[in-house]
Amino acid sequence: MEAIIIILQAGVATGTVLLFATIGEIFAERAGVLNLGVEGMMLIGAMSGYSVAVNQGNAWLGLLVAMIVAGLLGLLHAFISIHLQADQVVSGLSLTFLGTGLSLVFGEGLSKAGAISLLPSFNIPLLSQIPLLGPVMFSEQSVLVYAGYLFIPAVWFYINRTRPGMHLRAVGENPAAADALGINVYRLRYFYVFIGGMLAGLAGATISLAVSPGWFSEMTTSGQGWIAVGLVIFAQWDPFRAAFGSYAFGALRRLILDLQGPATLLGLRNPFYYNPYLGFFLQMVPYAFTITVLIIGSREAIRQRLGAPKALGLPYVRGERE
Amino acid sequence: MTTETTTQRRPLLPFRVQMEPRLEEVPRWMPPLVSLGAIIAALIIGGVILAAVGGNPFAAYAHIARASFGNWGVFSDTLVKATPLILTGLACTLAFRMKLWNIGAEGQFYVGAFGASAVVLAPLLPPDTPGLVMIPAMMLTGFLAGALWGFVPGYLKAKLNVNEIITTLMMNYIAISWNNFFIFGVWSEGGFQMSKVFPKTAWLPRLTDYAQQIPIFRGLTIHLGLIIGLLAAVLMWFILYRSKWGYEIRLIGDNPQAARYAGIPIVRNTVLVMMLSGGLAGLAGMSEITGVVHRLQGSISAGYGFTGIIIAWLAKLNPLVVPLVSLLFGSLILAGREIQPAGIPKLIQGIILFTLIASEVLLRYRVRIIRVREA
Repeated sequence: MEAIIIILQAGVATGTVLLFATIGEIFAERAGVLNLGVEGMMLIGAMSGYSVAVNQGNAWLGLLVAMIVAGLLGLLHAFISIHLQADQVVSGLSLTFLGTGLSLVFGEGLSKAGAISLLPSFNIPLLSQIPLLGPVMFSEQSVLVYAGYLFIPAVWFYINRTRPGMHLRAVGENPAAADALGINVYRLRYFYVFIGGMLAGLAGATISLAVSPGWFSEMTTSGQGWIAVGLVIFAQWDPFRAAFGSYAFGALRRLILDLQGPATLLGLRNPFYYNPYLGFFLQMVPYAFTITVLIIGSREAIRQRLGAPKALGLPYVRGERE
Repeated sequence: MTTETTTQRRPLLPFRVQMEPRLEEVPRWMPPLVSLGAIIAALIIGGVILAAVGGNPFAAYAHIARASFGNWGVFSDTLVKATPLILTGLACTLAFRMKLWNIGAEGQFYVGAFGASAVVLAPLLPPDTPGLVMIPAMMLTGFLAGALWGFVPGYLKAKLNVNEIITTLMMNYIAISWNNFFIFGVWSEGGFQMSKVFPKTAWLPRLTDYAQQIPIFRGLTIHLGLIIGLLAAVLMWFILYRSKWGYEIRLIGDNPQAARYAGIPIVRNTVLVMMLSGGLAGLAGMSEITGVVHRLQGSISAGYGFTGIIIAWLAKLNPLVVPLVSLLFGSLILAGREIQPAGIPKLIQGIILFTLIASEVLLRYRVRIIRVREA
């Protein structure tokens, strides 16, 4: 029981990283812009946030800088895919290359920085007393984890129940109609790609300043940006499903780490303990799981006739017939 | 974007940029020139960033040129680095031509190296097998392993419409863990993170091996993989532009709707193209491991699979241009190893891809700068 609580608690913490990145990508894709640069934006966020925290001694400032820098990087993708109408897949890929390269160059030597002040973790009074839920969700979690809880319903409400949210959906589903209604398609797309970038930066900083602090070059994110892009499809562009996927993923990552510890597992010899090389197969699990989750998402999309925003990945040109 | 804007605000600048779609064909000389301009722009931007972190861009670029094209010895090393790039570049070219985003060449490269190694290390063939049997067997297993790695995303894409970008990428991570299991565990030599050295019969012949007969070949490390890569490029060109299958691939890529109406089997072609693409990247892994490393170990790839994406795009998906572009990136990878900070080659690659796709707007639009008159 104790072990399960620890796994779930850590799952919620690491899942928060994916949560921010996935919801950021949901914003961009809902507006019709596919951004495959999440991994690059997360890396630049993790690096710049950590760098500012090391040099200025202020983790909050680091968080802010991480979001702005990653948002600006996102704007580059926005310009190239919205105004220059380049292929969004290639542009997003190059954003990942660029973000990775930039963070490696500017993060040089950063991994040797000593202990720094991180974002605070604390108990929520009363809520932390609830059995099971209290220790898992409300005890000793980072302030960003709590922010994540509030963020999920807020995003859902924004997208589905407010006027700006309706404009967002319109721009992604039918930009020509939105334009006819006087909605500025270009401006909104820029805006939401920027928001998506900021959230990816936040996700990166959540790693480097809270969940697993430090800068470990490309290993800092270890492909979580790509997992986030996959989760968007599983989530069917819905924040609640995104949250479920993110937290489940976080728990899975922790479970994999913990599986290699004990000598016996459920009363049996633990093969991962006696043959540590089998751990390489455990390392595959999150990535294999992402593929599985994608299959589930794709099947569901076919069955329920749900799916991606209609104009996803298509540049909008005013006055051009579809 | 081309329609008149009707804003009443005072213009911010005394001129504005107007883009008009090109109606006529772009002249033949223009695309290569624009690409060249994009590379130069990327090098300038990269230089500014290098200067910003305290480096000397002129010294760095001069170093890259000298350390990769300075004499026959280093030029041979550049060709060795370009060899796997030709094959991964072709792998991406084929898939991208059909608008299949195979981002998994890196993983296919790794399992290709694994498949080739298995012949020697499992072992599938005894170590005294003559090279004429050993090498083709390793090519076959390397190709098949890569093809299998391409088959999974291809099948999922064709049958279940699962996004191949994510699946190929996830397969990269799985491939590296798979190889590590064998490098650290099963095939580890004396606890080191590498296998034993392959027998000489499993080495691709190098120019330097013939230094006895032809003295100027001394020290030249170019190996048979280069010939394999060049042959593959020519073969790929014939497949894409002179065969019925190539026509199908290009039609599906350009207009899937029309291809479907024409009765072209999209499902089968998706799986086949992903398998051939993966197989080529697997062959790159085989060539690297039998031509250069001569054992299975970790970090055998300097991002060859990812660089293949950029190469394919820079070559405008023309197989015959791929070897030329590979040479450029081979030099960047070869000489970039000594440039500090370590991320510079990766950064320059990213900038090149960015300036390249940004420059393509010049081919689709005529950009005009128009003076705005005061009303």
